[in-house]
Amino acid sequence: MSLFSIAAKCTCRGLSMKIPRPSFNLLTNDRHSITNVEIQSHVTHVTRLLRNHHSKVPEVATWELIPEDQLPPPVHIPADLVDKLERLALVDFRTKQGLACLEKAIRFADQLHVLDTSGVEPMDSVLEDRALHLRDDVVMEGDCAEELLHLSKNTVEEYFVAPPGNIPLPKREERAAMLKHSEL
Amino acid sequence: MAASSVAVSELLHNMNKQISVLYPKAACVIRRISTPSSRCDSQLQLRAKSAPQQLVGVVGLEVHAQINSKTKLFSGSPVGFSAPPNCLVSPFDASLPGTLPVLNKRCVEAAVMTGLALNCTINKKSLFDRKHYFYADLPAGYQITQLRRPIAVDGMLTYSLLGGKKRSQVIRKTVTIKQIQLEQDSGKSLHDDLRSQTLIDLNRAGVGLMELVMEPDMSCGEEAAAAVRELQLILQALGTCHANMSEGQLRVDANVSVHKPGEPLGIRTEVKNINSVRYLARAIDYEIQRQTEVLQRGGTVQNETRAYDSKSGETIPMRDKEGLQDYRFMPEPNLPPVIVYEDNASLPTGIDACQAVVVQKIRAGLPELPSVKRDRLVQTYGILPEHGFTLVNEDGLVEYFEAVLKATKKEPRKVIGWVTNELVGRLKQQDMSVSQSPISPSALAELLELQESGHISSSVAKQVFQEMWRSSGKTASQIIQEQDLGLVSDATQLHNICQKVVDSHPDEVHAIRNGNKKVLNKLMGLVQKETKGRADPVLVRAILQEKTS
Repeated sequence: MSLFSIAAKCTCRGLSMKIPRPSFNLLTNDRHSITNVEIQSHVTHVTRLLRNHHSKVPEVATWELIPEDQLPPPVHIPADLVDKLERLALVDFRTKQGLACLEKAIRFADQLHVLDTSGVEPMDSVLEDRALHLRDDVVMEGDCAEELLHLSKNTVEEYFVAPPGNIPLPKREERAAMLKHSEL
Repeated sequence: MAASSVAVSELLHNMNKQISVLYPKAACVIRRISTPSSRCDSQLQLRAKSAPQQLVGVVGLEVHAQINSKTKLFSGSPVGFSAPPNCLVSPFDASLPGTLPVLNKRCVEAAVMTGLALNCTINKKSLFDRKHYFYADLPAGYQITQLRRPIAVDGMLTYSLLGGKKRSQVIRKTVTIKQIQLEQDSGKSLHDDLRSQTLIDLNRAGVGLMELVMEPDMSCGEEAAAAVRELQLILQALGTCHANMSEGQLRVDANVSVHKPGEPLGIRTEVKNINSVRYLARAIDYEIQRQTEVLQRGGTVQNETRAYDSKSGETIPMRDKEGLQDYRFMPEPNLPPVIVYEDNASLPTGIDACQAVVVQKIRAGLPELPSVKRDRLVQTYGILPEHGFTLVNEDGLVEYFEAVLKATKKEPRKVIGWVTNELVGRLKQQDMSVSQSPISPSALAELLELQESGHISSSVAKQVFQEMWRSSGKTASQIIQEQDLGLVSDATQLHNICQKVVDSHPDEVHAIRNGNKKVLNKLMGLVQKETKGRADPVLVRAILQEKTS
């Protein structure tokens, strides 16, 4: 997390010094929605600008792996924690492989512990020193029930249909059986 | 249920006995608290005098006020109540991938205005956060809210309630407003248990809400209800929220606990599903009483969410979503901070003034608040503070009162009693609003004119008022004529009646002649009884004085 923050802070400083505000659409966010494609093009635009101005941000990513002995001991996820995570994030690890993948991801992130971040305030967003665009209170959209309902697998009259309440997650015994099954 | 309440009262009785041995004065207090109808101010007085160790209620409120705006908080789709399902939904409201939030300026201004009216500090920079939970009427899986730095903090709401022996004394109280945060409303779920499915309507999803957090400064249902009523009046005066509780524009959750004064707060429960100010008071008082009984029985109060059932008047535990909630709060990455500016001079260059939210401009546009309106009415019409309180607290009553005044020469001080006692009393009895009154302001004015000009006595006027209420549409003069209620001022006729009364009450006449002039009033009463309250009192007094001298 902190690693990303530092990188983001540098980028932001570069931005706020060198880019005149009106040319940067993403900052002002004055459209009702910006698609992923648009964001992509903005990012490319930014990178190009930075390159022209001899940015300190490296042009190509570089990395080195941190030796195992510098990392804290690896984390193993007990069954109860899996339960909690599945409930909180509505994810389903389901298989032994899924669980192993999670542990690997945590191990990868463990490398961040090596970095000294004392005195560095984390950022929320690279746009945080910018004023947020405010929209006038005028109806611009809505009235597209038909299009939206078309996207749903299951509708009744003009309603979306969802299962009753939340789908209960499997009990611990059920999961144990599922994990055992996935080993086969 | 009956059985358990018997058991409880038995327990209470035993406890009372034990306590009365130890603390003879405390027993009455317990009885007070366990009486549902007991009022908090009398409880407080008793407590203060006799038993500082008694359990008292502590009440904090979380109020969700739907912002009165044309469009939603982060999308340009319309806000509306009772529209066909899913027709007020944009792709963003349906959480389609690739859509982004764009903040509605009106919603920010409404929150700032509400904050100013509640004496809050307006944060020049506020932040948005995501609060995660999974429910089908929240399609994104998170709600955008303001946890870390809300738009307004540290305010104060001053409210009043009627107290004292005759409930005619205006008691002023304050409650601290911890914060006002902007957040999204959720959609609505309709549960179809028969086919075991949930129908989702997203029309409400994304409507702007102001969540107002009130500190636990209140001690009973009546105080909480008075605070919410005042808030309702303020929001309506500002126009930032329609604040109709039955339509869900104002939703109130109450955090209730009990403790002994001076000790740390007790474990609290959260009471939900309250859809009127009256139910709010009942739900809180029920909950205070329930917790008191649990503790007195030696039990512990569970930290849980309870729902109020208006039919039984009880709170019942709600099926908790997931035990301990973890909302996984995180900064909202798609929204930079909201900046508001103190005045036009503090606007940075390059910012369009009509794009910015300027606090000074909003402050200058604040309308007359209910407390100021009450003081103005008291001053203008020479009425009492409790009259000002009642006038402003009942929807449409000020307008009604002023309409009556326009149509009569009677003094405001004499009209106010008719409006706040006769009219409001009748309306409350039948659970009606001022606009539903069968007696129009002009009809009441006509009645008061007839009394003022001496056509009818004041007791007959009240009789005619009741008759007008029952037979809507008939005017006061029609009723007076039909029932022959006009004042009898024919001297001969009155002389005859008075003579009859004097003749049949020799003892009273004797007493008067011996100097006990007060007995004359009794004779006057008898004459009025004889004439059904229609005799001209001035004339009757003169005649009786003459006959008993």
